[in-house]
Amino acid sequence: MVEGALKQPKGKIVHPLFVRVTHWINAFAAIAMLMSGLRIYNAAPLYEFRFPPEVTLGGWLAGALAWHFAAMWLLALNGLAYLAYGVFSGHFLRKMFNFGAMAAYRNIRLEMKRLLFHGTGEYNLVQRVLYVIVICDLFLLFLTGLAMWKPVQLQELTAFFGGYDQARHVHFLGMTILAMFIVVHVSVALAIKGTITSMITGRLPTTPQDERPTRK
Amino acid sequence: MKPTRPSSGPSLAGFRPQLERIERRLFLKQGLSLGALTMLSGCTLKDDDAVDRVLWAMSRWNDRVQTALFNPERLAPTYSDAEVTTPFPFNAYYEEPLAPVIDETSYRLHVSGLVADKAPWSVESLRALPQTAQITRLVCVEGWSAVGKWAGVPLRSFLERIGADVTAKYVGFQCADKYWTSIDMPSALHAQTLLVLDFPGGSKYGAPVRIRLPTKLGFKNPKFVTEIFVTNDYPGGYWEKMGYNWFSGV
Repeated sequence: MVEGALKQPKGKIVHPLFVRVTHWINAFAAIAMLMSGLRIYNAAPLYEFRFPPEVTLGGWLAGALAWHFAAMWLLALNGLAYLAYGVFSGHFLRKMFNFGAMAAYRNIRLEMKRLLFHGTGEYNLVQRVLYVIVICDLFLLFLTGLAMWKPVQLQELTAFFGGYDQARHVHFLGMTILAMFIVVHVSVALAIKGTITSMITGRLPTTPQDERPTRK
Repeated sequence: MKPTRPSSGPSLAGFRPQLERIERRLFLKQGLSLGALTMLSGCTLKDDDAVDRVLWAMSRWNDRVQTALFNPERLAPTYSDAEVTTPFPFNAYYEEPLAPVIDETSYRLHVSGLVADKAPWSVESLRALPQTAQITRLVCVEGWSAVGKWAGVPLRSFLERIGADVTAKYVGFQCADKYWTSIDMPSALHAQTLLVLDFPGGSKYGAPVRIRLPTKLGFKNPKFVTEIFVTNDYPGGYWEKMGYNWFSGV
Protein backbone atom coordinates (compact mmCIF):
# COMPACT_ATOMS: atom_id res chain seq x y z
CA MET A 1 0.00 0.00 0.00
CA VAL A 2 3.01 2.25 0.48
CA GLU A 3 3.98 1.74 -3.12
CA GLY A 4 0.47 2.44 -4.15
CA ALA A 5 0.69 5.82 -2.54
CA LEU A 6 3.89 6.58 -4.39
CA LYS A 7 2.48 5.55 -7.72
CA GLN A 8 -0.58 7.73 -7.46
CA PRO A 9 -1.19 9.60 -10.68
CA LYS A 10 -0.09 13.22 -10.81
CA GLY A 11 -2.89 15.63 -10.23
CA LYS A 12 -4.69 13.35 -7.83
CA ILE A 13 -6.00 14.97 -4.64
CA VAL A 14 -3.72 13.74 -1.87
CA HIS A 15 -4.56 16.29 0.83
CA PRO A 16 -8.29 16.40 1.60
CA LEU A 17 -9.86 19.86 1.41
CA PHE A 18 -10.84 19.71 5.08
CA VAL A 19 -7.23 19.07 6.11
CA ARG A 20 -5.92 21.88 3.90
CA VAL A 21 -8.41 24.47 5.16
CA THR A 22 -7.93 23.61 8.83
CA HIS A 23 -4.15 23.49 8.29
CA TRP A 24 -3.94 27.09 7.05
CA ILE A 25 -6.37 28.42 9.65
CA ASN A 26 -4.26 26.60 12.22
CA ALA A 27 -1.07 28.10 10.80
CA PHE A 28 -2.50 31.62 11.03
CA ALA A 29 -3.96 31.17 14.54
CA ALA A 30 -0.93 29.34 15.96
CA ILE A 31 1.53 31.92 14.65
CA ALA A 32 -0.67 34.79 15.88
CA MET A 33 -0.77 33.15 19.32
CA LEU A 34 2.94 32.45 19.28
CA MET A 35 3.94 35.99 18.30
CA SER A 36 1.45 37.71 20.63
CA GLY A 37 2.59 35.33 23.36
CA LEU A 38 6.15 36.54 22.96
CA ARG A 39 4.95 40.11 23.46
CA ILE A 40 3.03 39.08 26.59
CA TYR A 41 6.18 37.33 27.82
CA ASN A 42 8.16 40.56 27.35
CA ALA A 43 5.89 42.40 29.81
CA ALA A 44 7.29 40.33 32.69
CA PRO A 45 10.05 38.02 31.41
CA LEU A 46 10.34 34.65 33.13
CA TYR A 47 13.99 34.32 32.17
CA GLU A 48 16.97 36.58 31.60
CA PHE A 49 15.95 37.67 28.13
CA ARG A 50 13.28 39.41 26.12
CA PHE A 51 12.23 38.82 22.54
CA PRO A 52 12.95 41.48 19.92
CA PRO A 53 9.77 43.46 19.15
CA GLU A 54 10.10 42.47 15.48
CA VAL A 55 9.03 38.91 16.21
CA THR A 56 6.09 39.91 18.39
CA LEU A 57 2.50 40.76 17.58
CA GLY A 58 0.19 43.29 19.19
CA GLY A 59 2.45 46.31 19.61
CA TRP A 60 1.99 46.53 23.36
CA LEU A 61 0.68 44.35 26.16
CA ALA A 62 -3.04 45.12 25.71
CA GLY A 63 -2.82 44.59 21.95
CA ALA A 64 -0.90 41.35 22.38
CA LEU A 65 -3.43 40.08 24.93
CA ALA A 66 -6.31 41.02 22.60
CA TRP A 67 -4.70 39.04 19.79
CA HIS A 68 -3.84 36.12 22.07
CA PHE A 69 -7.35 35.79 23.49
CA ALA A 70 -9.00 36.24 20.10
CA ALA A 71 -6.76 33.78 18.22
CA MET A 72 -7.28 31.37 21.11
CA TRP A 73 -10.87 30.75 20.01
CA LEU A 74 -9.92 30.34 16.38
CA LEU A 75 -7.18 27.86 17.25
CA ALA A 76 -9.35 25.91 19.68
CA LEU A 77 -12.41 25.66 17.42
CA ASN A 78 -10.35 24.91 14.33
CA GLY A 79 -8.32 22.34 16.28
CA LEU A 80 -11.49 20.71 17.53
CA ALA A 81 -12.86 20.53 13.98
CA TYR A 82 -9.58 19.03 12.75
CA LEU A 83 -9.46 16.43 15.53
CA ALA A 84 -13.09 15.47 14.95
CA TYR A 85 -12.43 15.12 11.23
CA GLY A 86 -9.21 13.18 11.89
CA VAL A 87 -10.94 10.71 14.14
CA PHE A 88 -14.25 10.23 12.32
CA SER A 89 -13.07 10.32 8.71
CA GLY A 90 -10.30 7.83 9.37
CA HIS A 91 -7.70 10.44 8.39
CA PHE A 92 -5.62 9.78 11.51
CA LEU A 93 -5.79 6.03 11.01
CA ARG A 94 -4.78 6.28 7.38
CA LYS A 95 -2.08 8.88 7.74
CA MET A 96 -0.67 8.71 11.24
CA PHE A 97 -1.49 5.44 12.91
CA ASN A 98 -1.41 3.24 9.85
CA PHE A 99 0.49 0.42 11.43
CA GLY A 100 -0.14 -1.82 8.44
CA ALA A 101 1.84 0.57 6.30
CA MET A 102 4.45 0.90 8.99
CA ALA A 103 4.84 -2.86 9.15
CA ALA A 104 5.76 -2.78 5.51
CA TYR A 105 8.82 -0.76 6.44
CA ARG A 106 10.94 -3.86 6.88
CA ASN A 107 13.89 -2.96 4.78
CA ILE A 108 15.66 -0.49 7.03
CA ARG A 109 18.06 0.72 4.38
CA LEU A 110 15.27 1.42 1.99
CA GLU A 111 13.28 2.97 4.81
CA MET A 112 16.06 5.42 5.54
CA LYS A 113 15.87 6.62 1.98
CA ARG A 114 12.14 6.84 2.16
CA LEU A 115 12.02 8.64 5.47
CA LEU A 116 12.07 12.06 3.94
CA PHE A 117 9.81 11.49 0.97
CA HIS A 118 7.50 14.42 0.66
CA GLY A 119 4.87 15.78 -1.60
CA THR A 120 3.25 12.41 -2.06
CA GLY A 121 0.43 12.93 0.37
CA GLU A 122 1.80 10.02 2.34
CA TYR A 123 3.16 10.91 5.78
CA ASN A 124 6.62 9.46 6.34
CA LEU A 125 7.72 8.21 9.73
CA VAL A 126 9.34 11.49 10.75
CA GLN A 127 6.21 13.41 9.80
CA ARG A 128 3.99 11.04 11.76
CA VAL A 129 6.08 11.39 14.89
CA LEU A 130 6.35 15.19 14.57
CA TYR A 131 2.66 15.70 13.88
CA VAL A 132 1.63 13.58 16.86
CA ILE A 133 4.10 15.49 19.02
CA VAL A 134 2.85 18.89 17.90
CA ILE A 135 -0.81 17.94 18.44
CA CYS A 136 0.06 16.81 22.00
CA ASP A 137 2.08 19.99 22.45
CA LEU A 138 -0.89 22.15 21.43
CA PHE A 139 -2.94 20.31 24.06
CA LEU A 140 -0.27 21.08 26.64
CA LEU A 141 -0.31 24.75 25.62
CA PHE A 142 -4.10 24.79 25.83
CA LEU A 143 -4.17 23.27 29.32
CA THR A 144 -1.34 25.38 30.76
CA GLY A 145 -2.92 28.43 29.12
CA LEU A 146 -6.20 27.68 30.89
CA ALA A 147 -4.30 27.15 34.15
CA MET A 148 -2.75 30.63 33.84
CA TRP A 149 -5.93 32.30 32.64
CA LYS A 150 -8.12 30.95 35.47
CA PRO A 151 -5.94 30.08 38.50
CA VAL A 152 -8.96 30.60 40.78
CA GLN A 153 -11.89 29.21 38.78
CA LEU A 154 -9.79 26.29 37.49
CA GLN A 155 -7.47 26.05 40.50
CA GLU A 156 -7.26 22.24 40.38
CA LEU A 157 -5.82 22.46 36.88
CA THR A 158 -3.37 25.16 38.00
CA ALA A 159 -2.37 23.01 40.98
CA PHE A 160 -1.87 20.05 38.64
CA PHE A 161 0.83 22.02 36.83
CA GLY A 162 2.46 22.96 40.13
CA GLY A 163 0.83 26.35 40.63
CA TYR A 164 0.51 29.57 38.65
CA ASP A 165 4.22 30.29 38.27
CA GLN A 166 5.07 26.73 37.32
CA ALA A 167 2.29 26.75 34.71
CA ARG A 168 4.01 29.76 33.12
CA HIS A 169 7.22 27.76 32.77
CA VAL A 170 5.43 24.77 31.25
CA HIS A 171 3.51 27.08 28.89
CA PHE A 172 6.84 28.57 27.81
CA LEU A 173 8.28 25.10 27.25
CA GLY A 174 5.27 24.20 25.13
CA MET A 175 5.81 27.38 23.11
CA THR A 176 9.46 26.44 22.57
CA ILE A 177 8.49 23.01 21.28
CA LEU A 178 5.90 24.60 18.96
CA ALA A 179 8.45 27.11 17.64
CA MET A 180 10.97 24.33 16.98
CA PHE A 181 8.31 22.33 15.19
CA ILE A 182 7.43 25.31 12.99
CA VAL A 183 11.08 25.85 12.05
CA VAL A 184 11.56 22.19 11.04
CA HIS A 185 8.16 21.87 9.38
CA VAL A 186 8.51 25.07 7.34
CA SER A 187 12.14 24.36 6.41
CA VAL A 188 11.28 20.96 5.03
CA ALA A 189 8.19 22.31 3.26
CA LEU A 190 10.32 24.99 1.61
CA ALA A 191 13.14 22.59 0.77
CA ILE A 192 10.99 20.04 -0.99
CA LYS A 193 9.45 21.31 -4.16
CA GLY A 194 5.73 20.96 -4.55
CA THR A 195 4.96 20.40 -0.88
CA ILE A 196 3.39 23.79 -0.28
CA THR A 197 1.57 23.77 -3.60
CA SER A 198 0.04 20.41 -2.80
CA MET A 199 -0.99 21.68 0.62
CA ILE A 200 -2.88 24.49 -1.14
CA THR A 201 -4.27 22.75 -4.21
CA GLY A 202 -4.36 19.32 -2.65
CA ARG A 203 -2.73 17.86 -5.76
CA LEU A 204 0.60 16.21 -6.40
CA PRO A 205 3.17 18.36 -8.16
CA THR A 206 2.95 18.19 -11.96
CA THR A 207 6.74 18.02 -12.22
CA PRO A 208 7.54 15.13 -9.91
CA GLN A 209 11.01 14.19 -8.81
CA ASP A 210 11.38 11.11 -10.94
CA GLU A 211 14.62 10.04 -9.31
CA ARG A 212 12.71 8.78 -6.33
CA PRO A 213 13.92 5.36 -5.28
CA THR A 214 11.25 2.73 -5.63
CA ARG A 215 10.87 -0.64 -4.05
CA LYS A 216 11.25 -2.42 -7.36
CA MET B 1 -16.71 63.13 37.62
CA LYS B 2 -18.23 59.88 36.47
CA PRO B 3 -16.45 57.93 33.82
CA THR B 4 -18.60 57.29 30.82
CA ARG B 5 -18.71 54.41 28.49
CA PRO B 6 -15.95 54.68 25.90
CA SER B 7 -17.79 55.87 22.80
CA SER B 8 -16.24 54.09 19.89
CA GLY B 9 -13.04 52.19 19.38
CA PRO B 10 -10.71 53.45 22.09
CA SER B 11 -7.77 52.62 20.14
CA LEU B 12 -5.67 49.66 19.53
CA ALA B 13 -5.30 51.43 16.22
CA GLY B 14 -2.19 53.39 17.04
CA PHE B 15 0.10 50.44 16.72
CA ARG B 16 -1.72 48.59 14.01
CA PRO B 17 0.16 49.82 10.95
CA GLN B 18 3.42 49.12 12.66
CA LEU B 19 2.20 45.71 13.62
CA GLU B 20 1.17 44.95 10.09
CA ARG B 21 4.58 45.99 8.80
CA ILE B 22 6.32 43.92 11.41
CA GLU B 23 4.21 40.95 10.62
CA ARG B 24 4.80 41.12 6.88
CA ARG B 25 8.47 41.77 7.26
CA LEU B 26 8.77 38.81 9.55
CA PHE B 27 6.96 36.49 7.23
CA LEU B 28 9.15 37.56 4.36
CA LYS B 29 12.37 37.56 6.31
CA GLN B 30 11.93 34.13 7.77
CA GLY B 31 10.62 32.81 4.52
CA LEU B 32 7.75 31.19 6.30
CA SER B 33 6.10 30.95 2.94
CA LEU B 34 2.85 32.13 4.32
CA GLY B 35 1.76 33.51 1.00
CA ALA B 36 -1.41 31.54 1.27
CA LEU B 37 -1.84 32.66 4.84
CA THR B 38 -1.56 36.35 4.01
CA MET B 39 -4.04 35.81 1.22
CA LEU B 40 -6.39 34.23 3.69
CA SER B 41 -6.00 36.93 6.27
CA GLY B 42 -5.03 39.82 4.04
CA CYS B 43 -8.54 41.13 3.69
CA THR B 44 -8.63 42.03 7.36
CA LEU B 45 -4.98 42.71 8.07
CA LYS B 46 -4.94 45.51 5.54
CA ASP B 47 -7.87 47.23 7.19
CA ASP B 48 -6.83 48.54 10.59
CA ASP B 49 -10.35 49.33 11.69
CA ALA B 50 -11.66 45.90 10.85
CA VAL B 51 -8.92 44.16 12.83
CA ASP B 52 -9.58 46.51 15.71
CA ARG B 53 -13.28 45.83 15.64
CA VAL B 54 -12.70 42.08 15.64
CA LEU B 55 -10.32 42.31 18.59
CA TRP B 56 -12.74 44.48 20.58
CA ALA B 57 -15.66 42.19 19.75
CA MET B 58 -13.64 39.19 20.87
CA SER B 59 -12.78 40.96 24.12
CA ARG B 60 -16.49 41.59 24.79
CA TRP B 61 -17.16 37.94 23.97
CA ASN B 62 -14.46 36.97 26.47
CA ASP B 63 -16.22 39.14 29.06
CA ARG B 64 -19.34 37.07 28.55
CA VAL B 65 -17.51 33.76 28.70
CA GLN B 66 -15.74 34.82 31.90
CA THR B 67 -19.01 36.00 33.44
CA ALA B 68 -20.40 32.52 32.76
CA LEU B 69 -17.25 30.84 34.09
CA PHE B 70 -17.31 32.87 37.31
CA ASN B 71 -18.53 30.79 40.20
CA PRO B 72 -19.50 33.08 43.11
CA GLU B 73 -18.99 30.24 45.59
CA ARG B 74 -15.47 29.48 44.36
CA LEU B 75 -12.83 30.71 46.79
CA ALA B 76 -9.34 31.71 45.73
CA PRO B 77 -6.58 29.58 47.31
CA THR B 78 -5.16 31.10 50.49
CA TYR B 79 -1.60 31.00 51.73
CA SER B 80 0.33 31.08 55.00
CA ASP B 81 2.11 34.12 56.45
CA ALA B 82 5.42 32.52 55.48
CA GLU B 83 4.42 32.52 51.81
CA VAL B 84 3.81 36.27 51.63
CA THR B 85 5.98 37.96 48.99
CA THR B 86 8.31 40.55 50.51
CA PRO B 87 8.84 43.17 49.40
CA PHE B 88 5.51 43.25 47.65
CA PRO B 89 6.00 44.61 44.11
CA PHE B 90 4.74 48.13 43.48
CA ASN B 91 2.75 48.54 40.28
CA ALA B 92 0.72 51.43 38.89
CA TYR B 93 0.46 53.44 35.71
CA TYR B 94 3.05 55.82 37.21
CA GLU B 95 6.33 55.41 39.03
CA GLU B 96 6.42 54.75 42.74
CA PRO B 97 7.44 58.28 43.91
CA LEU B 98 4.32 59.68 42.23
CA ALA B 99 1.94 57.67 44.39
CA PRO B 100 -0.43 60.05 46.21
CA VAL B 101 -0.14 60.57 49.92
CA ILE B 102 -3.53 60.97 51.57
CA ASP B 103 -4.16 62.51 54.96
CA GLU B 104 -6.19 59.89 56.82
CA THR B 105 -7.90 62.29 59.16
CA SER B 106 -9.47 64.44 56.46
CA TYR B 107 -10.03 61.51 54.05
CA ARG B 108 -13.61 60.59 53.17
CA LEU B 109 -14.85 57.66 51.11
CA HIS B 110 -17.80 58.83 49.03
CA VAL B 111 -20.59 56.55 47.86
CA SER B 112 -22.93 57.33 45.01
CA GLY B 113 -25.24 55.91 42.39
CA LEU B 114 -27.78 53.24 43.27
CA VAL B 115 -27.27 53.35 47.04
CA ALA B 116 -29.73 54.31 49.79
CA ASP B 117 -27.30 56.03 52.17
CA LYS B 118 -24.89 58.40 50.42
CA ALA B 119 -23.19 59.65 53.58
CA PRO B 120 -19.37 59.68 53.25
CA TRP B 121 -17.19 57.45 55.38
CA SER B 122 -14.12 58.31 57.44
CA VAL B 123 -11.33 55.76 57.98
CA GLU B 124 -12.40 55.58 61.61
CA SER B 125 -15.98 54.71 60.73
CA LEU B 126 -14.77 52.06 58.25
CA ARG B 127 -12.59 50.53 60.97
CA ALA B 128 -15.63 50.31 63.21
CA LEU B 129 -17.19 47.80 60.79
CA PRO B 130 -16.47 44.05 61.17
CA GLN B 131 -13.04 43.26 59.73
CA THR B 132 -11.56 40.23 58.03
CA ALA B 133 -8.13 39.29 56.62
CA GLN B 134 -6.87 37.17 53.75
CA ILE B 135 -3.57 35.99 52.29
CA THR B 136 -4.07 35.48 48.57
CA ARG B 137 -2.22 35.67 45.30
CA LEU B 138 -2.40 38.83 43.23
CA VAL B 139 -1.98 37.97 39.55
CA CYS B 140 -0.89 40.86 37.36
CA VAL B 141 -1.98 41.19 33.74
CA GLU B 142 1.74 41.38 32.93
CA GLY B 143 2.17 37.77 34.04
CA TRP B 144 3.92 38.09 37.39
CA SER B 145 2.19 37.26 40.63
CA ALA B 146 2.76 37.89 44.33
CA VAL B 147 1.21 36.70 47.57
CA GLY B 148 0.03 39.40 49.95
CA LYS B 149 -1.92 39.86 53.13
CA TRP B 150 -4.85 42.25 53.12
CA ALA B 151 -7.34 43.13 55.85
CA GLY B 152 -10.48 45.22 55.93
CA VAL B 153 -14.23 45.15 55.44
CA PRO B 154 -15.84 42.60 53.11
CA LEU B 155 -17.15 44.73 50.24
CA ARG B 156 -20.39 42.78 50.37
CA SER B 157 -21.16 43.82 53.91
CA PHE B 158 -20.18 47.41 53.09
CA LEU B 159 -22.53 47.45 50.09
CA GLU B 160 -25.31 46.02 52.22
CA ARG B 161 -24.57 48.60 54.89
CA ILE B 162 -25.00 51.53 52.49
CA GLY B 163 -28.14 50.02 51.04
CA ALA B 164 -26.67 49.41 47.60
CA ASP B 165 -28.90 47.94 44.91
CA VAL B 166 -27.12 44.58 44.68
CA THR B 167 -29.16 43.68 41.62
CA ALA B 168 -27.38 46.47 39.72
CA LYS B 169 -24.81 45.40 37.15
CA TYR B 170 -21.67 47.29 38.11
CA VAL B 171 -19.66 48.69 41.00
CA GLY B 172 -17.26 51.44 39.97
CA PHE B 173 -14.31 53.03 41.74
CA GLN B 174 -12.73 56.49 41.52
CA CYS B 175 -9.26 56.95 42.94
CA ALA B 176 -7.11 59.79 44.24
CA ASP B 177 -4.46 58.99 41.62
CA LYS B 178 -6.98 59.62 38.81
CA TYR B 179 -7.26 55.90 38.24
CA TRP B 180 -10.70 54.38 37.80
CA THR B 181 -12.09 50.95 37.16
CA SER B 182 -15.24 48.90 37.60
CA ILE B 183 -16.31 45.35 38.35
CA ASP B 184 -19.40 43.21 37.91
CA MET B 185 -21.77 42.94 40.88
CA PRO B 186 -21.31 39.16 41.42
CA SER B 187 -17.55 39.70 41.80
CA ALA B 188 -18.20 42.66 44.15
CA LEU B 189 -20.33 40.38 46.34
CA HIS B 190 -17.77 37.54 46.38
CA ALA B 191 -16.82 36.46 49.91
CA GLN B 192 -13.15 37.37 49.40
CA THR B 193 -13.71 40.81 47.90
CA LEU B 194 -12.40 43.30 50.44
CA LEU B 195 -12.47 47.00 51.09
CA VAL B 196 -8.88 46.97 52.32
CA LEU B 197 -7.66 49.15 55.18
CA ASP B 198 -4.45 47.29 56.09
CA PHE B 199 -1.82 46.07 53.66
CA PRO B 200 1.89 45.46 53.79
CA GLY B 201 4.25 47.88 52.14
CA GLY B 202 2.90 51.14 53.48
CA SER B 203 0.74 53.95 52.18
CA LYS B 204 2.07 53.83 48.60
CA TYR B 205 0.14 50.57 48.14
CA GLY B 206 -3.15 52.40 48.20
CA ALA B 207 -3.84 53.79 51.67
CA PRO B 208 -6.19 54.49 53.15
CA VAL B 209 -8.62 52.38 51.05
CA ARG B 210 -7.92 49.80 48.40
CA ILE B 211 -10.24 47.23 46.80
CA ARG B 212 -8.90 43.71 46.74
CA LEU B 213 -10.42 40.90 44.63
CA PRO B 214 -8.42 37.68 44.46
CA THR B 215 -10.83 36.66 41.68
CA LYS B 216 -9.56 39.33 39.28
CA LEU B 217 -6.29 40.54 37.78
CA GLY B 218 -4.28 43.13 39.70
CA PHE B 219 -5.40 46.17 37.71
CA LYS B 220 -8.99 45.46 38.80
CA ASN B 221 -7.84 46.09 42.41
CA PRO B 222 -7.93 49.91 42.61
CA LYS B 223 -5.81 51.78 45.16
CA PHE B 224 -6.40 55.16 46.89
CA VAL B 225 -10.15 54.73 46.37
CA THR B 226 -12.11 57.91 47.08
CA GLU B 227 -15.50 56.99 45.66
CA ILE B 228 -17.53 53.84 45.20
CA PHE B 229 -20.55 53.97 42.92
CA VAL B 230 -23.22 51.48 41.92
CA THR B 231 -24.64 51.67 38.43
CA ASN B 232 -26.28 49.84 35.55
CA ASP B 233 -24.34 51.85 32.95
CA TYR B 234 -21.07 50.24 31.93
CA PRO B 235 -18.41 52.41 33.60
CA GLY B 236 -15.28 50.94 31.94
CA GLY B 237 -11.95 51.91 33.42
CA TYR B 238 -8.56 53.51 32.85
CA TRP B 239 -6.85 50.46 31.36
CA GLU B 240 -10.03 48.94 29.99
CA LYS B 241 -10.54 52.01 27.83
CA MET B 242 -7.13 51.46 26.29
CA GLY B 243 -7.84 47.87 25.33
CA TYR B 244 -7.38 45.64 28.35
CA ASN B 245 -10.15 43.13 28.87
CA TRP B 246 -12.84 44.49 31.18
CA PHE B 247 -13.88 41.37 33.11
CA SER B 248 -10.30 40.15 33.65
CA GLY B 249 -11.27 37.37 36.04
CA VAL B 250 -8.78 34.76 37.14
